[in-house]
Amino acid sequence: MNGGTIEAPTIEYALLAPMLLIFGAAVVGVLVEAFAPRYLRKSIHVPLTLLALAGGFLLTILQAVREGVPTTPAAMGAVAVDGPALFIWGIILVLAFVSTLLINDDEQFVAQAAAVPGSSDEEAAVRHGYAQTEVYPLLLFSVGGMLLFPAANDLLVMFVALEVMSLPLYLLCGLARRRRLLSQEASVKYFLLGSFSSAFFLYGMALVYGYAGSIDLRAISSALGTVAGQDILLYVGVALLGVGLLFKIGAAPFQAWKPDVYQGAPTAITALMASTVLVAAFGAVLRVFWVALGNLDWDWRPVMWGVAILTMVVGAIVAITQTEIKRMLAYSSIAHAGFLLTGVIATGGPEQNQEALSAILFYLVAYGFATVGGFAVVTMVRDAGGEAGHLSRWAGLGKRAPLLAGIFAFFLLAFAGIPLTSGFFGKYAVFSAAVAADALPLVVVGVVASAIAAFFYVRVIVLMFFSEPAADGPSIAMPTVGTSAVVALAAAATVVLGVFPEPVLNLADQAASALFIR
Amino acid sequence: MQSPAEIVSHAGGVTGVSWLMIALPLFGAAVLLLGGRRTNAWGHFFGVAMSLGAFAVAVVTFVELLGLQPEQRRRDIGLFEFIPGMVDLGMLIDPLSISFALLITGVGSLIHIYSVGYMSHDRDRRRFFAYLNLFVAAMLLLVLSDNYIGLFIGWEGVGLASYLLIGFWQHKPSAATAAQKAFIVNRVGDFGLLIGIFTIWTTFGSLAFADLTHEVAGQASEGTLTAIGLLLLLGACGKSAQLPLQSWLLDAMEGPTPVSALIHAATMVTAGVYLVVRSGAFFEAAPTAQLVVTIVGVATLLAGAIIGCAKDDIKKGLAGSTMSQIGYMMLGAGLGPAGYAFAIGHLITHGFFKANMFLGAGSVMHAMNDEVDMRRYGALFPVMKITAVTFIVGYLAIIGFPLLSGYYTKEGIIETAMHHNQILGWLAVLGAGLTGFYMSRMVFMTFFGKKRWADDAHPHESPAVMTWPLIILAIGSIGLGAFLVLGNRFMNFLSPAVGLPQPADMPEPHVFGVGTAALATLALVAAGAAFAWFRYGAAEVPAVAPRASFLTTFARRDLYGDALNEALLMRPGQWLTRIAVFFDNRGVDGLVNGLAAGIGGTSGRLRRVQTGFVRSYALSILFGAAAVVGALLYVGNI
Repeated sequence: MNGGTIEAPTIEYALLAPMLLIFGAAVVGVLVEAFAPRYLRKSIHVPLTLLALAGGFLLTILQAVREGVPTTPAAMGAVAVDGPALFIWGIILVLAFVSTLLINDDEQFVAQAAAVPGSSDEEAAVRHGYAQTEVYPLLLFSVGGMLLFPAANDLLVMFVALEVMSLPLYLLCGLARRRRLLSQEASVKYFLLGSFSSAFFLYGMALVYGYAGSIDLRAISSALGTVAGQDILLYVGVALLGVGLLFKIGAAPFQAWKPDVYQGAPTAITALMASTVLVAAFGAVLRVFWVALGNLDWDWRPVMWGVAILTMVVGAIVAITQTEIKRMLAYSSIAHAGFLLTGVIATGGPEQNQEALSAILFYLVAYGFATVGGFAVVTMVRDAGGEAGHLSRWAGLGKRAPLLAGIFAFFLLAFAGIPLTSGFFGKYAVFSAAVAADALPLVVVGVVASAIAAFFYVRVIVLMFFSEPAADGPSIAMPTVGTSAVVALAAAATVVLGVFPEPVLNLADQAASALFIR
Repeated sequence: MQSPAEIVSHAGGVTGVSWLMIALPLFGAAVLLLGGRRTNAWGHFFGVAMSLGAFAVAVVTFVELLGLQPEQRRRDIGLFEFIPGMVDLGMLIDPLSISFALLITGVGSLIHIYSVGYMSHDRDRRRFFAYLNLFVAAMLLLVLSDNYIGLFIGWEGVGLASYLLIGFWQHKPSAATAAQKAFIVNRVGDFGLLIGIFTIWTTFGSLAFADLTHEVAGQASEGTLTAIGLLLLLGACGKSAQLPLQSWLLDAMEGPTPVSALIHAATMVTAGVYLVVRSGAFFEAAPTAQLVVTIVGVATLLAGAIIGCAKDDIKKGLAGSTMSQIGYMMLGAGLGPAGYAFAIGHLITHGFFKANMFLGAGSVMHAMNDEVDMRRYGALFPVMKITAVTFIVGYLAIIGFPLLSGYYTKEGIIETAMHHNQILGWLAVLGAGLTGFYMSRMVFMTFFGKKRWADDAHPHESPAVMTWPLIILAIGSIGLGAFLVLGNRFMNFLSPAVGLPQPADMPEPHVFGVGTAALATLALVAAGAAFAWFRYGAAEVPAVAPRASFLTTFARRDLYGDALNEALLMRPGQWLTRIAVFFDNRGVDGLVNGLAAGIGGTSGRLRRVQTGFVRSYALSILFGAAAVVGALLYVGNI
């Protein structure tokens, strides 16, 4: 003990400003929930949320432009705001902004979450035109967690961030307006499995602490190889940390939650999860395996090989027999997580591969936009029971709504990685980085998995354009301004990144060249 | 011999915004296609404006280029990185590309203006202008790109525009078929071009013209260079309707006449010549490939001329003539730096006089209720004087009447060929004689002799919007050749882009500019024209084509080109597909379906793991965690 005095921590508020803004807005949102009358809440929440996200994005850009990228961690070594972190913050904030536009649609969310499905309470809530407006502060808390997660420079902060990110999401998943039981089931499943995996993460953290005597990522890195006879602690600890993180990105064999949760959650929330959570989780994976375990890569890389191969294969193969559009997209997301893992493997080695890092960053941008766009289209295809999820209902959509079906087909082609879409350059960058890192067999598996995946993407296109529409097929909901903006924005991003990728590639290069702070 | 100048990268100045040349017509096409019916009222003017805008940018760029020292006149303008580490898209502004750009935008704008009148009765005029703009943009991309990828994108773009415009009246089955035929035949050539580009990439590791200099090309083996040359030539043959891929051009006349003038006479079909000249570094190091180029050129110039002799359809006659003239250009392009300036010069003058005659033919058709059979024309001179006079100027230019445009450029090619190889030279002279015959025949059948009009024909002169382009093109047909060729002006202008020939490769200058070859050519042309006068000017022309000799039938049937294609390619192709289908059903499908069934089955089984029970998910996570721990311990040797 230091004579009983506690030194006040130094905190670089300017560096953390984007995060603080988001959390501050979330707290204001809670106050709005508490004090504003019900009829006013939504009209306060929506601009508040959008402004907070836009402001956070501006602050992030200012940070990157004005101050230059800091080379030491902030907040007593707990948070590292470095090049990749700023880039990832940028992606998360933009995607969250876009998703918020999608969330701003009353058809998505339950009138009163506490009412038992099918009960008279629920009917009354619907009749009164209630809307569950807690969605917005919950979203902001979750986004705050997402920002902290990839920037956390010690394991404890990372764990806190993981929970701050996840807890609101568990709740949001249960708020679907239609098929409420499915939604609540998804919520509970996600919560149980998420807690289970968090426990792995915690246990792994404890073991690694036992080995290195520190939870600081840099301290762990410098402890590697200096502690004799304790290797078993390290290896088991690393494995369990890995399990916690791989669960969040939905890598096999920890992918089981993804289809169920993606299907059950309100589609706008699925869009948010599928894009931003994946980005944040990959940021965290990169930080742990790059900063703390970079010198251990000879050991974790082979295991990661197995996980990546399994993830790509399982994602691509199981997607083939899916009949529900959101489940199919969930498996597609699993396969993409596998493709991204090949990039993570390519970053391994002490002289780390900056090219692989920039490839992953570009991939995340490309995939994030296409995903939000894809789910936005899903929200628009509806029939009497809400969204028409079953694939057979999508038959002949190209004849009814050629523009919408064309755009969706375009997103699918981007997922498949067809040239002139953003997906092509994403895959090209990741795979070529993996080849450069001597992971050729992995790339071969990746390409085969892409070919299998192309089958089910194209199958949907065939279904939409070359099948006769069903007589009682779904109608296309008149989209809200927000939804059309999302679709247009995502389509534009997918085209621009596919034809004119250079600016974003350069930006990713620049971010990657600043490297993670070690 | 002097090699081309080095390509320097460019910044600033008007040249820096020369990408507007491509962007403006592309924007026009986008507005007209996406705008739909809303743009019907003003769409054609917008299209014309975009084309004129591109022309203005081209002129300003040209003037700025002229202001530079000759060895500074190859400017590379990087636009953006397209495929990381492989291709950066950019524009190469040099004397060669700017010559093309001026031709494309200049003649293109005139044809846009003409089309305002020609298509005035068509419901789909807006769509027509959209396609025309698309074509101009793609063609400019083709010639202005600083690498083979951009060139290829433009190459495919003009192919698409050509397809859309040949089939513009798609309600006519013949037009739809002709469009498909053009597309499919071009596929063969594009395939060659594509493999040629692949070969260049694997051999030299770059596709940028700046990297593929003569020194670099010289490092590869001659075999490789010959292969590259022949593959590029195959591409050029497809686009430029050279033997053996000539068959589509005659059918392509199904398109509206301005299209025939712009795409299938003045610009697109000359892309092959551009490709050969632009790839000079490869061809000059591969004499075999060059020889093949000249042989293809000579064979096509004769074949086109023979076909032209027998056609009664005025547009098909002109199409045969186009084939033939491009044959001359190909011949010139195959002669190396000595021939380049004449080939490109002939290309430019031909762009003027052929566009002039096609538009003239369009004017005649406009007057004659879209009749194309020359046997139904006759004695049109008095009723449409402007059309007739401008057409005749074009006619005199193409047959090489002394002092007119075609005389200088064609004579240049013939003389250089004669100097290079006597046989090629004399065959080219023979082709010129045939040109004299068939073009005279066309003029006499159309404008002179007796009226053979259909009963309901009331020919009249076309409106001013159509005749003014004719007049401007006719002026170009008169003076452009002399301007380019006298004093080697054009050769010196082009030299930074394509190099200068060794003096030994150049024919001796003649005292009065007239040598043996020129005299022989003039004599043959005069004989051909005289023969045509006796057959078609002085004598009665039957309104229905009479039964003809074997030779005429041979020519009327396009030298049995289609029959040959059918017998050699289509039927065996059908057999091949049948055999392939058989084996596909029996062999390949078994494998593929088996594989697909295997994956599908695996998928079905794996899917059952997804039980929906959260406890089994947790169990799978537990097993997975155990596996990861075990694997890491195993790898870590603990």
